[in-house]
Formats: sequence, structure tokens, C-alpha cells
Amino acid sequence: MLHRRQFCTAAGLGLLAPAAFAQFRVEISGVGGTQLPIAVPKFRNDDQGGQSPSAIIRADLERSGAFRIVEGAGNLDETTAPAMAEWRARAADALVAGSVTRLADGRFDVRSKLWDVVKGSDLGGQSAAVEAGELRLAAHRIADFVYEKLTGDKGVFSTRIAYVTRAGSRYSLRVADADGENGQVALNSGQPIISPAWSPNGKELAYVSFERQKAVVFVHTVATGERRAIADFRGSNSAPAWSVDGQHLAVTLSRDGGSQLFLIGKNGESPRRLASSPAIDTEAEFSADGRYLYFTSDRGGSPQIYRMAAGGGAAERVTFGGSYNISPTVSADGRTLAYIARSGNTFRLSLLDLSNPGAQPTAITDTGDDEHPSFAPNGRLLVYATKAQGRSVLMTTTLDGKIKARLPSQTADLREPVWGPFGR
Amino acid sequence: MNTFHRTLLTAVAAASLAACSSVKLDDAPVESRTGGAVVAGSQGATGNSAAGSQTRVASVDVTNTAGSAMSNLPHVVYFDYDSTIVKDEFRPVIEVNAKALSSDRKRHMAVEGHTDDRGSSEYNLALGQRRAEAVVKSLTLLGAEPAQLEPVSFGKERPAVQGESESAWAKNRRAELASR
Repeated sequence: MLHRRQFCTAAGLGLLAPAAFAQFRVEISGVGGTQLPIAVPKFRNDDQGGQSPSAIIRADLERSGAFRIVEGAGNLDETTAPAMAEWRARAADALVAGSVTRLADGRFDVRSKLWDVVKGSDLGGQSAAVEAGELRLAAHRIADFVYEKLTGDKGVFSTRIAYVTRAGSRYSLRVADADGENGQVALNSGQPIISPAWSPNGKELAYVSFERQKAVVFVHTVATGERRAIADFRGSNSAPAWSVDGQHLAVTLSRDGGSQLFLIGKNGESPRRLASSPAIDTEAEFSADGRYLYFTSDRGGSPQIYRMAAGGGAAERVTFGGSYNISPTVSADGRTLAYIARSGNTFRLSLLDLSNPGAQPTAITDTGDDEHPSFAPNGRLLVYATKAQGRSVLMTTTLDGKIKARLPSQTADLREPVWGPFGR
Repeated sequence: MNTFHRTLLTAVAAASLAACSSVKLDDAPVESRTGGAVVAGSQGATGNSAAGSQTRVASVDVTNTAGSAMSNLPHVVYFDYDSTIVKDEFRPVIEVNAKALSSDRKRHMAVEGHTDDRGSSEYNLALGQRRAEAVVKSLTLLGAEPAQLEPVSFGKERPAVQGESESAWAKNRRAELASR
């Protein structure tokens, strides 16, 4: 335990070192079960570009819950033949080494290599010439490569998250790296913004903005800032969820009274009602295979999670335990439902195994104000909002709840996180 | 208290910035990250050439939108926990506004529903919508035309008072009538 804590401190300091660039600090709590021990010693000229790729990679791998970082300076780079016996003696199963080299055109050449220490074999390397502003992305891609080589699952470190910050009466929709760093503003508003949702190709965000003094659904192209209102009917328009092909969105409209689910084209064309209930139906999300629409409804007297065929029709209830279960999101393999369960006055992120009909839900946090869970595209991590010291913060967690990392902000409340797709 | 002061200062700073500045207030500059291609290493790492358009973020600013203009008549109705029933004590609020609407058919109002801050943004938005629709129904029963009224909701996004206590929550569970 003590060793672990010392390491965490060291990792934190490592990330803090280039303070001008590090907007967030990764705070990791908890100890996971099976973790692969890996060493990622400082790259040669590690911080030459003002970032520390090796520290970014270490933090990525640790946050994933699949790795335990083995300490050790190696004075290594991707061209060195590592002394495998030494790394084996330190109980490392894998080793990443690399270098950063400033090029004549001002860019940086980031090179790395991954070794299987146990077998003494070379598992491959990467090389990318990037501008200083892309060094973080280059490091995340190395972490993705390592993660995929060693776990068989795709890494999510080079994906992006979107979330909303609030500072006073100022609201911003932001897009950041999956570790919360490098946040950039997509929209500044003097009115609330909620429910961002990534299009399947990762190029557009749908969200609800109150800039017209009511809830209106917008679709916003992140790279250009081009945006359009796609649902601005009488009453409230909210809870956008992209269909798997990116051509339609499920939305909650109150234009006919109540809050009801509709399917609408991505340019706002031909809204079609998906279900009729005398109750609230909202927070729709399509399953990754496109078959189901999961949503929150209080048709049974209290809010519970239901699902129906994506094209609409009869709904079946999915959650039964407790009197208040909301905000469903489903892993890409369709096996795990994450949602917020209320018990008394606590709202806790909970998981339900959908592949096992008799499964009981499990709460995976010990906080009381959890909100808005969103799965990483590989289904191995969740991002969610919760409260800490009176502030709203974002956390990532492994599905067993054992490894959590906080993506803190210095000034603002952070809310409504949503994890983007693969493909950057 | 420190936190409170810091929050207050931040709020004041943000408000004064918003009030004085005529330029965009972007925290992060618009940045072009054209994404370097990842080339194959000793054992064939995968390439990713589709980086360009997916790494850039252009900033849009819509901070210059006005807030709601409240009716100059009594305009707030409070609700019990998890309830959309317009209580008898608020009948005078409904009556005076219904009368104003029925005596001037060109007059329009938005009824803005609000909730306390427990639970999700979206479920609260729907609960606030229910409250707004309940108030609209009360107004139309007393002579207002449905076309004069639009029920909308801010859910938990625009609390009247901050705080995590029953008294704060009770002040936030409300519907407000705004001129449109």
C-alpha cells in the first residue's frame, strides 16, 4: 500500500512538472485486481517539447486499470537493447522506451518501442513527427498501441471527451483529450448547456442549449463551429441521442404535451413519434448494435430504465431494484448497462449485467451525487460527474470500480461528460 | 468559506468580463492540430491518417443572449417535492395572470418550470416541463388561450437559490411566468 501511494505521488508530480501545459492533474485512488506490471522510464529528451510523453503514457496506462507501473530509470530509448534480466528482476512484464527529437522544421519526432520483458521479444514501435501541440496526442497513441498489444482491446487514450463547464453565469461546451487535458471551447454561452452527444464519426456534437430561453437541440460541427438547431418546437426539446448510422437522432419533445420520444433527421427533418405514454419518456440512447433504444420513463410510477426496439413499439422494463433509476448508457458489446440509482438521498453510478437475466445491480462508487455516466468506446472505462468538496468534478472509473481517476478543473464546475468514439 | 469566496470572485470576474468585453472570450485559442501520421515501426504499428478534421475545435460564442423578462404581475408558483399540483395558495397568482391574458389576447407568456438539483439534468427537465404544463392548464381553465402560452422547462439548470437544504430545494421547485 505504502509503495503504491508513493508511486501515485510520483506520478502526480511527474504530470505537474510541465505546469504551464498541465491543466488537470490525474488523481488515482484504489487498487485493481489483475494488473500487468509495465515500466515506462523517461524517454530520451522526454520533456523537450514542453510535455512529458512518458508521464502521459504512464498515467494513461494506470488509469485504464489494466496496468501497474514499475518504477525504474533506464537511460533507454527505442534503439537500445534493454537489459531484460534487470527488468525481470524489477518484476516488469513489459517495457516501453522512447525518445523525443526536435526536427529542423520545429516539429518533434516521437519514437517508441514496446518489449515483452518475460519473453525478451520486441512487440513493435511507433514513430510520429508532430507539432508541439500534438505531443499529447502522440503520447496517447503510443499508450493505445501498448494497451492493444498487451490486452487485445483497443485503447481509448487518443479519443476525446466532451463536457460542460460552468463558472458563474458562464457556460462552456468543451472538448478535451480522454485524460481531461487540452480542453478546448466549442461553445461559450450565457445560458445552460446540457446533454452533449457525439455523432458516431466523432465530428459533430448534438446538445441542448437554452440560449433561446428554452431547451433547443443543436447539432454542431466541432472542427468548424458550424451549428444548426434541429429541434426547436413548441415547449422543450432535449436529450439527443444519435442513431448508429449517424443519420437520425432520438430526441425528447414536449410539442404534443408531456415529454415524449421522437426520431428526427440529423437536419431536423420529419420528426416521428417513437412511443406514446402518459408519462415522462426521456434520456434515450441507442445500443451499439442499433437494435434497442434504452430510455428513462416514469410510466410505472417511479423513474426506471426501459428499452424498446429502435424503431419504436412496446417497451420492456430493464431495472427493477429501487424506486429511482435514470440516465442509462450501454457498453459497446451490449452486455453492461450503466445508470444512476437513487437510494435515499444518494445517487450512485451502478452497473447491471444485461447478459445475465438474474443479475443484481452493483454500485461502483461511494459518492452520493453521481450523474451522467458515459462508456468509453472500448467499454472498459466510464466517465461520470460527481461532487467533491462542493464542486462538480469528472471522474473515470474501471467497471469494477477499483481504479478511479479525477479529471479536476481549476476554476469551474464540470458536468455532463460524454466519451467520444474511436477514430481520431 | 474560502471556496465560497473563490466561487463568488469567479462569478464576479466572469460577469464583469461578459459585461465589458466586446471580443470573443475564448479560454482556449482556436487551434489547428493537423495530426501527424503514425508510421509503421519495427513490427508494423497501425497508421492513423484521419486525424486532421477530428482534432480541431473552433470556438463559437453565444454569450450575448438576454435572460427571461419576468411578468410584472405576481409570477411564481411553488411546488411540493415530486409534485405538479398547483396548490390553492397560488390561486391568486393564476387568477391575476389569467385575467391579464384574457383581457389582452395579444399578450403572450412563457411558463418556465424548474426543479431542485437532485437527479439528472434531463429527468429534471421533464419534471419541470410537467410543472409548466400544469400551470398552463390552470391558466387556460381561467380563460387564457393555449396559443398565448408556451410551457417550457429549465429543469435544475437555473435554481432560484443555491444550497443543499430542504428550504433551498423548496424555493427551486417552482414555475415562473415570463413575458414573451
